[in-house]
Amino acid sequence: MAGIEITPHTFFFLLSTILTLGGAIGVVNNRNLVRGSIWLIVSLFGVAGYFVLLHAPFLAAVQVLVYIGAIGILITFAVMLTRGMTQLQRRFSSLWWLGASASLLLFIVLLFTVIEPIWGDLSAVPDAPPGSTTDLGIALVSGDGFVLPFEVAAVLLTAAMIGAIVLAREARNADE
Amino acid sequence: MERRDIVTALESLLRDTLGFGSELSLFIATILGVVIIATVPLLVIIGLIWGDRKFGSRVQDRLGPNRVGPFGLLQSFADLGKLLTKEDITPANADRLIYNVAPVLSVASVILVWAVIPMAPNVVGVDLETGVLYIIAVASLGTLAVVMGGWASNNKYALLGGFRAVAALVSYEIPMVMALLVPVLFLGTGSLVEIVEAQANMWFVALSPIAALTFFLASQAEVGRPPFDLIEAESELTAGYNVEYSGMKFGMFMAGEYAHWLTQGVLLAVLFFGGWNGPFVDRWPWLGIFYFFIKSLILFFASDLVRFTIPRLRIDQMMHFNWQWLVPLSIVNLLVTALLLKIIQELGFAVDLANSPGFVDTLPMTIIMLAGNALQVAVVLSIIRFRGKRQRLMAAAGN
Amino acid sequence: MESINSWAFIGAFFVLSPILPALPIIVARLLGPKKPNAIKTQTYECGLETVGDTWVQFRVQYYIYGLIFLIFDVEMVLLFPWAMAYQQLDLFAFGAGFLFIFLLLDALIYAWRKDALEWV
Repeated sequence: MAGIEITPHTFFFLLSTILTLGGAIGVVNNRNLVRGSIWLIVSLFGVAGYFVLLHAPFLAAVQVLVYIGAIGILITFAVMLTRGMTQLQRRFSSLWWLGASASLLLFIVLLFTVIEPIWGDLSAVPDAPPGSTTDLGIALVSGDGFVLPFEVAAVLLTAAMIGAIVLAREARNADE
Repeated sequence: MERRDIVTALESLLRDTLGFGSELSLFIATILGVVIIATVPLLVIIGLIWGDRKFGSRVQDRLGPNRVGPFGLLQSFADLGKLLTKEDITPANADRLIYNVAPVLSVASVILVWAVIPMAPNVVGVDLETGVLYIIAVASLGTLAVVMGGWASNNKYALLGGFRAVAALVSYEIPMVMALLVPVLFLGTGSLVEIVEAQANMWFVALSPIAALTFFLASQAEVGRPPFDLIEAESELTAGYNVEYSGMKFGMFMAGEYAHWLTQGVLLAVLFFGGWNGPFVDRWPWLGIFYFFIKSLILFFASDLVRFTIPRLRIDQMMHFNWQWLVPLSIVNLLVTALLLKIIQELGFAVDLANSPGFVDTLPMTIIMLAGNALQVAVVLSIIRFRGKRQRLMAAAGN
Repeated sequence: MESINSWAFIGAFFVLSPILPALPIIVARLLGPKKPNAIKTQTYECGLETVGDTWVQFRVQYYIYGLIFLIFDVEMVLLFPWAMAYQQLDLFAFGAGFLFIFLLLDALIYAWRKDALEWV
């Protein structure tokens, strides 16, 4: 292809894309759900690469820390703890048409927004970091910034903790 | 700000001496830099395995390896040769792909940490603004290796060991990260280079001994050393997640473990004990490497001493200790540190740690911080005393 | 401080770091003998013949720790920018951070009182 020069930037973009899409194909194509969850982690890793390329190293670290280090392990754990997830018999679930049409719809919407910039100009991807992590920290807790969402997030997480414990108690009672 | 790291140094070297173009030299310098930085931990642990075995033997009143070479110095190489010629056995019902990836990931996750470790002035892989977060992020990949290895072996003990290890590892990650936030709070940056530079005259361990201690204890569990060695439970799970591994794959799990242990000492040295700082470093920067490794190794052997002298805990005791002592303590310590920093600012004792202030200038701040830490220690000790007393009274009443 | 080159270094590190441990494994596979048989590749477990399937349903206890960890993990990630900006914050922002940590402690105390943190 003319006009495409292999710079470190494009090289790592390609690498991230291969990881993200390859991982995603691995997820949906595997009848062994444990392997599927490992592929999901590969895919999430590719997304961290995108964050780096978009000058958001903090989000990249968060992606690896939270999505791979916590959520990925949690999903892998959940699959491993459950019986019969390693040898699924059928490749398609009975609701495959619903999933297919939903993802097709999402794909069309995404494609449309890429071609027709509704939510902002695509060429506005910055060449340099628009702000540092320190700026993010200031914005998160200052009065004219996002202090309310910040605290609401804390409340939400506390609620999530309570929910997890209530579920755990039920499971424990069922065990006994 | 100008970049001062190993790639830049190599790049200018290549450009000046060999006359390469700037893009080519940058490319070669990056690859070379990666290879150099990534092999450092692996080379160090070859010697460290010998040192660790010798030290452990002395603690336990044995001689340790002393047959291969003078003082058994070549023991590690003999082991390496033996592991290389062992048969590569994969258990019949194992998940082959995951089984083979797990030991590789185990070592890779530690090597990745070294990319941001400053080893001497200007000797660092890369100086990231979010370096502290990067360390935690890549270290969490090690947890993944444990669960993958435990599951793929298709062995009940390995699986149980893997599950248990992950539950323990993720629990101990919380106090570790809380302790890591304290240096970030002091400086307002996550860059390890700046954290080391700020400790030129006052180590952070003097400013926050509790953070250093919680980090030490949590990382002791995180790298699976006694008394928290439930990742490798020889006595109740035959070994744990790696029981089905043999030959070089087991060797890699072992190497990963040693690399973890070394990295624990390295991180402690960098974050709380001044990293490469020491006398005369500003005159002869290469001394920094020496100080860096001396400090790391002293901390490594301190952790080794704990390992060889303290009996191991049960899993429930281990979880209890983490969730009911370490986690609350580390969160309270973060709160107290933040509060004290504001008070120090209000009182006018604040110094800009980023400019590596002199020892005397930092003294008032250090004294206030130390007082805060002493207060916390007093509270913790009195809680322990109160609880112990109650338990003794209950035991006496029972009789 | 950071340029795309720094991240190219990290990227190269990610590509290269698995190769280093993979090399000895591959060399060992080439050097070592290869005579597997049915008894040799049996699952070792603790020396006895293995009974039943390994990949079965396990206790939910392990999962609960993972869930609680996830919640703390997200909170810590949100605290990181706060800690980085701390020196430049006014008293209001300082209070906001405090409230956040207090809510974190709150969740911990709840879990504690409900005995969710005890290994059973």
